[in-house]
Amino acid sequence: MRLSGARVFLLWLLAMLVGAAIVWQSRFSADMSFFLPARPTAEQQVLVDQLKEGAVARLLMIAIAGGDAEQRAALSRDLRRRLVAGPDFLSIQNGEAGSQDADRDFLLRHRYLLSPAISPERFTVDGLRAAIGDSIDRLASPVGMMLKNLLPRDPTGELVALLGTLGGGNEPASRAGVWASRDGERAMLLVQTAVLGSDTDGQQAAIERIRREFAASSGGDPAFTLQLSGPGLFAVNSRAIIVSEVTRLSLISACAIIAVLLFVYRSPRLLGLGLLPVVSGALAGIVAVSLAFGTVFGITVGFGAALIGESVDYAIYYFVQSGRSGVDAWRQRFWPTVRLGVLTSVVGFGVLLFSGFPGLAQLGLYALTGVVTAALVTRFVLPKLSADEYPMRDLRPLGVRLQAVIERLHVLRWPVILLALAAAALLISERGALWNPSLSALSPVSAADSDVDMALRADLGAPDSRYLVLVNGIDQESTLQAAEAVGRHLDGLVAAGQIAGYDSPARFLPSQSSQSARQAYLPEADEVRQRLAEALQDSPLAASKLEPFLADLAVARQQAPLSRADLDGTHLGLAVDALLLHGRQGWSALLPLRPTASDIEAGQLRQALAGSGALFIDMKTEFNQLYNDYLQEAMLLSLSGLGAVLVLLGATLRSPRRLAAVMLPLLLAVIIVIAGLYLAGERLHLLHLIGMLLIVAVGSNYALFFDRAEENHGLDPETLASMLIATVTTSIGFGTLALSEVPILHAVGVTVGPGAFLALLLAAIFVPRGTVR
Amino acid sequence: MNKQILFGLLLAALTLPASAAFDIGQLMTGLAAHKGGRAKFVEKKYISLLDKPVVATGEMSYSAPDRLEKRTLTPKPETLVLDKDKVSIEREQQKLTISLANQPEALAFVDSIRGTLSGNRAALEKNYALHLSGTEEKWVLTMLPSDQRISAVILRIVVTGSRNQVLGIEYLQADGDRSVLTIEPITGK
Repeated sequence: MRLSGARVFLLWLLAMLVGAAIVWQSRFSADMSFFLPARPTAEQQVLVDQLKEGAVARLLMIAIAGGDAEQRAALSRDLRRRLVAGPDFLSIQNGEAGSQDADRDFLLRHRYLLSPAISPERFTVDGLRAAIGDSIDRLASPVGMMLKNLLPRDPTGELVALLGTLGGGNEPASRAGVWASRDGERAMLLVQTAVLGSDTDGQQAAIERIRREFAASSGGDPAFTLQLSGPGLFAVNSRAIIVSEVTRLSLISACAIIAVLLFVYRSPRLLGLGLLPVVSGALAGIVAVSLAFGTVFGITVGFGAALIGESVDYAIYYFVQSGRSGVDAWRQRFWPTVRLGVLTSVVGFGVLLFSGFPGLAQLGLYALTGVVTAALVTRFVLPKLSADEYPMRDLRPLGVRLQAVIERLHVLRWPVILLALAAAALLISERGALWNPSLSALSPVSAADSDVDMALRADLGAPDSRYLVLVNGIDQESTLQAAEAVGRHLDGLVAAGQIAGYDSPARFLPSQSSQSARQAYLPEADEVRQRLAEALQDSPLAASKLEPFLADLAVARQQAPLSRADLDGTHLGLAVDALLLHGRQGWSALLPLRPTASDIEAGQLRQALAGSGALFIDMKTEFNQLYNDYLQEAMLLSLSGLGAVLVLLGATLRSPRRLAAVMLPLLLAVIIVIAGLYLAGERLHLLHLIGMLLIVAVGSNYALFFDRAEENHGLDPETLASMLIATVTTSIGFGTLALSEVPILHAVGVTVGPGAFLALLLAAIFVPRGTVR
Repeated sequence: MNKQILFGLLLAALTLPASAAFDIGQLMTGLAAHKGGRAKFVEKKYISLLDKPVVATGEMSYSAPDRLEKRTLTPKPETLVLDKDKVSIEREQQKLTISLANQPEALAFVDSIRGTLSGNRAALEKNYALHLSGTEEKWVLTMLPSDQRISAVILRIVVTGSRNQVLGIEYLQADGDRSVLTIEPITGK
């Protein structure tokens, strides 16, 4: 069936509208999940969950600077008062006196259900004598002074035992009654947002609220400044950077390419037609990603700048090359070469689909769909719309000049080979220093933001939660029991000095079985009264003064067991929420470990936990492992991609000599570009590696035209001109990414931008003499 | 007439030594010059709840201007370090660090001790009304809290000493309990 131009256009338009509708519905994201593994191990899953939903990901640190300590403290109190009103924050801590009262009251009220010291022996005559003796001794210390009033209610010191297990024992510094930085020059607050760390919109709203309330509180006085940091802020900032870059880079790339095209086409109509495949490709790419992944990462869209440069090539070839020979002749003579170029690009981007790094898989799918769509639109839609009228600039003179240049380029062969050899030698000798060994190399968080974060974290003594022990259970009760069991293992490690301490959700919400066991150990009041009389015979404390203790015991015997709801309104409830997680696969409890002065020995700890079913996780090791896995995988993918390109070209060209002629300039280009990047001070990471693959996959498009010229028809000036223009647009497209602050985009741009152009140049240098006439 | 003379003499007798007497400024200057040292202490706490005082003994050391270490040996070993605005207490393998501002009661104690040891009159007068009696050889500094937040906890602090050496601190708490700290310098540091 032959379709008319109008029909084809309508069909195309319809497809575009459907695509636009899908894009309209798509969810765009700029969060960390770009970097998080698609197929995580059990340990990595914990990492992922913590980053997405963990309490640490919801913490925002605030510093107030300016004025004197009293003014800052007043601002801190006022800011806290303002933030407490409203549902945005679960907790706002600034160290104000009284802010911990709810926690203390809760612990006091439920101490007999919570205290791990409760045992049958605790309430025997000897047990009481020992415990009360300790409490009296404690009165000699300032700690005891604070608890003196509680002695008649809590002579066995259960509250002291509970308070001792709370927190790391390290509070931030304090000035004028509120938390301050270590140097005392800033007031510090720590807030926990109600929304998840992965909810970037929610985080943004929370951060804006803090800024707004601070501005209102300080009356806009420029003497006072607010500094914020935390995972939420990173997410919001990264998104802002990515969003602004997507717009900026696409605009730069589009403007530069349109300028080149206007110069070439000299016709707005041809320009419009030439952009048709580009727009189609970009849209199709987003649609494919949206349908396949559900969420489109901002960085993926940012890659569009490069896609514009690459996908505009096909229309250039078409217009320039078919100008002289007509559409049918173009299809016959040039399309097979263009198609092979498209296929090598598809292979290059296609291997990324197999990446376990979701960001990379998305980039691959996006670029692959975009390139294929652009090629198909060029092949099947453009001819219908452009008919046979081409009032475009005659590129023959440009081509003729190029021919003359290329004829002289062969003198550069040996210098280029020497340069490549020197580059290779450099890379081999420096191979240890080439790579950036940290995942943070990929993070869009700026060094300045990261420094602020480190400073605030140190000032607040905020937990970095590096070491965790994880236990799982089918329900809350079994999970808490498991946490208690592993806690007993950890108590041993604390006693042995291997760890300084640990936190556990079971500390504030013990399992029902522990609670009822403790309750069963509590004797009747009359029983205790008799034992007290005996135990306190020689004590300075008269048993008769302990009636409040007996009353509390009687209440505790009747207390309903604690549930999570009882912890509402306390920081303890937040702590339990942070550590007791209900996921799709049941429940899990996290027990963060506090290291002693030295790092925790993972091997020792795993051994100590062997057989308990608990999993020990060192987040730092996991992060490094994750990055290493990505890097290994990227190497594998790049090599497979290279192999696949070789197979594809080998199968099509059917000649080792032709294959070698096509590949040589590409490989030399890769070596020279990488050495150049290294000398320019760039530390390589896995996206540079992917960039190398793309140099081969994209650069081969141009080298193939030389191969074709050599084999049959020679290279006419128009084709040569079209190759130069296509390379320039591709280099502009990728090169624009080099301007990006997002390391992922920057790395690809800085590698492929020069690489693509160098590939063409080297192919021209190595083309046999006389071919291009 | 005789009576007037007698009265005048009496006045003179009273005022003469007074004008030459030891005043707070001198005491503070002396204390400020004291750069630190070690001492043994005995602390008795009289608590209404208990029939007998609780007695603690140990060693203290002070280095000017804001580090004080109190090492209790009996009845339970405990180390208390006051360093700038942080108090850390180590006891039974537990280490507790308290920032003073969270504990107005502790702050009251600390300011009185620290202000006295460092001879910081301004710091003391911020929270207390000061009364000095006695001689340079045997002085008694009485501090009455002026801040209501502190006087709700402590009624009176009495520091005794000789020259630039503090020898005793007595706290009288608002609930009637009191604590008496006796300090005996270890000479030849």
